[in-house]
Amino acid sequence: MPAMSMIEAINSAMDVLLTQDSSVMVFGQDVGYFGGVFRATEGLQHKHGKARVFDAPISEGGIVAAAIGMGAYGKRPVVEIQFADYIYPATDQLISEAARLRYRTAGEWWCPITVRSPYGGGIYGGQTHSQSPEGIFTHVAGLKTVIPSNPYDAKGLLISAMEDDDPVLFFEPKRLYNGPFDGHHDRPVSSWAGHPDAEVPAGHYRIPFGQARIAREGSDVTVLAYGTMVHVALAAAQETGIDAEVIDLRSLAPLDLDTIVASVHKTGRCMVVHEATRTCGFGAELAALVQEHCFFALEAPIERVTGWDTPYPHAFEWEYFPGPRRVGEALLRVMSV
Amino acid sequence: MNQAPGLHVPEPHLRPGDRPDFSDLAIPPAGIVPRPAIDSAPHDMRELAYALIRVLDDDGIAHGEWHPHLSPDRLIAGLRAMMLTRAYDSRMVRVQRQGKTSFYMKSTGEEAVAVAAAHALDRADMCFPTYRQQGLLIARDWPLVDMMNQVYSNSHDRLKGRQMPVFYSSREAGFFSISGNLGTQYSQAVGWAMAAASDSDPRIAAAWIGDGATAEGDFHYALTFASVYQAPVILNVVNNQWAISSYTGIAGSEQATFAARGLGFGIPALRVDGNDFLAVHAVTSWAAERARAGLGPTLIELFTYRAEGHSTSDDPSRYRPVAEAGEWPLGDPIARLKSHLIGLQAWSDERHTALEQALADEVRAAGKEAESFGTLQDSGGIPPETMFDDVYRDMPAHLVDQRRQAGL
Repeated sequence: MPAMSMIEAINSAMDVLLTQDSSVMVFGQDVGYFGGVFRATEGLQHKHGKARVFDAPISEGGIVAAAIGMGAYGKRPVVEIQFADYIYPATDQLISEAARLRYRTAGEWWCPITVRSPYGGGIYGGQTHSQSPEGIFTHVAGLKTVIPSNPYDAKGLLISAMEDDDPVLFFEPKRLYNGPFDGHHDRPVSSWAGHPDAEVPAGHYRIPFGQARIAREGSDVTVLAYGTMVHVALAAAQETGIDAEVIDLRSLAPLDLDTIVASVHKTGRCMVVHEATRTCGFGAELAALVQEHCFFALEAPIERVTGWDTPYPHAFEWEYFPGPRRVGEALLRVMSV
Repeated sequence: MNQAPGLHVPEPHLRPGDRPDFSDLAIPPAGIVPRPAIDSAPHDMRELAYALIRVLDDDGIAHGEWHPHLSPDRLIAGLRAMMLTRAYDSRMVRVQRQGKTSFYMKSTGEEAVAVAAAHALDRADMCFPTYRQQGLLIARDWPLVDMMNQVYSNSHDRLKGRQMPVFYSSREAGFFSISGNLGTQYSQAVGWAMAAASDSDPRIAAAWIGDGATAEGDFHYALTFASVYQAPVILNVVNNQWAISSYTGIAGSEQATFAARGLGFGIPALRVDGNDFLAVHAVTSWAAERARAGLGPTLIELFTYRAEGHSTSDDPSRYRPVAEAGEWPLGDPIARLKSHLIGLQAWSDERHTALEQALADEVRAAGKEAESFGTLQDSGGIPPETMFDDVYRDMPAHLVDQRRQAGL
């Protein structure tokens, strides 16, 4: 199997489906001739033609609206919102339209669209290129929200998204595009080369939604994470010597509650890690579910390690980013009870 | 020191208690606007965005290059669909007043906007309507009973009681699901048209938006995408002068026409008498021909008047002169087409009255049938557990669990 970076795996997922399914169309800002600012669509226009892979105006609302119309026609559009921070003009089309089209028509129309968008921090993007808005969309009935943490998952989950008959938000941890990142920003940058999760089949495969991955088995505490934070949590477990069970959620909606509940019953402790701001973040939902389903198994309060409830600052990237030190301290706290 | 001029807030000329007066409205004679070839360059057609294309004059006589020369049979079919729409609206308001449903919106005075367009489009063309285009369904012979079932949210409502009245949807009739978030369908229609173009599909899309909702971003998105990709789409703006209580000035009509919005995008834009069945038919055919020939989008402003309240929840006497509708200088679309047909000796007052009666009977019979399936009063008999269906194609575990918690 070829080794792929996450960006190559994402490109490969679209390439495979553009080849197999004539209804797939890919568009967004700079995705055509140039191949996207992160290179996710590099070469796709050249290979599949500009009627199927093309540039779109700087109009996130228009991009998603056009995709919904194409979906109604019978296409499977995949659109790129260049940064998740720019998705807000499209929220009316996503929340009021895409999410509810099937429901409001009792299945007469539906919306098989995939919205790809790089999210999260770690690249000095300041408050307009670093946000993690997943919690806004997990709050909406009718949307699916998926976040991969490695190249293998990224391709399999993106193919599932593109083949799904419901609208899927596919948030890509941009700091992981070209290599795993455990939050140690002062160490040399690593690439995906040689990483076991970078062995990616060249062809078609799917990873179904609603199936979490146990990234590290452990018995002391369950750590719920997704995207970049999976790598941070793994580093924190290793550095503290705490035998954490790290669960990579992969899809937030639908959520693999069974895997979470089984793990917390085993460990008796739980913490949630995400980059997004804390208040009303997805971690709040996870904490609520764990206490509903695992209250009598819990030996300690559920910890949340998250971005602070401030806009994402430029100069204080590492004070904001919930890195391995903060996660490690939380692990020690939750184990001290 | 001079005082600064202050904030300009547009205000209609007339308010309740004032005498209706439209004398300041420039209404050019019928037949004077030239009809350009469909492949004329957009910059050579810019004047059409400030003109008013009219075919029928005040006596019901057709004039000029836009005269579509439709056969009397086709005109009578159009007249019938407009009259049926009005009869349907009238009954639905009555049943709303009786408490059999929660809400209704009439299209009175605007019937030509939807019906003439439906007659000019192909049946397979895709429509993305807004609130007052029920005439599209009626002109496409969609069963009234099915529409009423939706209004009643009854046991035969295909939408399972999920949408407010008049938020119809019919895939078979090429009528996209109506949204209450105004304008969203406009930009979606362009996406549909882009997909059709990418398949070299001969079908085109048509969308409708109100004058008020042109202020939404989706209007700008739609025009941008339609222009950039030269999508085969007809973008209709129904300028009925009122957005609930806000007159068109609040949506930006004081400084330019709504049709003129298209000019900056290089989109040919026509302004048409929306109460003139022949004119609406002619401009829609022209725009459809352009779209099918690969010449791209057309913007059409349909100049009309919302003769009734915004909805059954609205009382227009609070913000405009009550008698204004009767004074609208472009008249009533049904009366004008009737007069034209009588002039052609293809119609008569007697036939008109007889048809009116027959349509009222048809609507009454449909109403009885629909009410036999229930009304909102008796919750229609839709099983409440269906509330959890269709959120996703397959019901996820948490919804199965919530349905159980709801005891359903």
